[in-house]
Amino acid sequence: MRTSIFSARFVNLDSIRDFVGQAAVDAGLDERQVYAVQLSTDEACTNVIEHAYGGECDDPIEVTCNVHYGGLTVIIRDHGRVFDPGSVPEPDLKAGLAERGIGGLGVYLIRKMMDKIEFESSPQNGNVLTMVKYRQGN
Amino acid sequence: MEYSTKQFKRCDLISVSGRVDSSTSASFSEAIDASMNNGQYKIVLDLGGVEFMSSAGFRALLGGQRTCKRYNRGEIVLSNVPDRVKEALDLAGFLALFKLFEDETSAVGFF
Repeated sequence: MRTSIFSARFVNLDSIRDFVGQAAVDAGLDERQVYAVQLSTDEACTNVIEHAYGGECDDPIEVTCNVHYGGLTVIIRDHGRVFDPGSVPEPDLKAGLAERGIGGLGVYLIRKMMDKIEFESSPQNGNVLTMVKYRQGN
Repeated sequence: MEYSTKQFKRCDLISVSGRVDSSTSASFSEAIDASMNNGQYKIVLDLGGVEFMSSAGFRALLGGQRTCKRYNRGEIVLSNVPDRVKEALDLAGFLALFKLFEDETSAVGFF
């Protein structure tokens, strides 16, 4: 189990992706799965900055990686407003160029790329998003 | 993220490299805007050097494609799209909105 704390700034996304990427490699995930973990974590942290914290600030995003038998669990915690990814409607992927919205795309990608996601919010623990990627073949 | 633009007779070729995320997508948009501000709406975006692209990059692509295709004056096409980026674009339903070419030569030749 390893945890790193980053301030809620987009410039930190690079380090956040490197942090979870290393854990994903250590968990034995293949290149495609490592990318899926990095992309999902990037999208989740971008949502924390934009929606939970309402923009870039120095508040913390806590990222925990847990390498286990089945693969990798990434836990992202913040203390901003409640932003439940489950409440985001699916984007209309069939819409033409003019009607295509971009809202909800990040959450959609997370749902598609991770094997399991869970969101919990409480005044004590803040917002906690748990995402699991299983090692291929499991 | 870095980019360089080469002007051809019929289109601009913008070669992008590095990581396109919420931190760098503004420069990605700037690259596309610069060509459009010069009156060039036929654009090849060569993504061969892109290591990572999030939905922030997709948003910039979508905005650029909308502006370029207006009045049928042009479009953005993509070349050398790395596999991981292509898979994410596919998941997002973006492959229906952009023509993809194997390499920049065939993409430039399309215009």
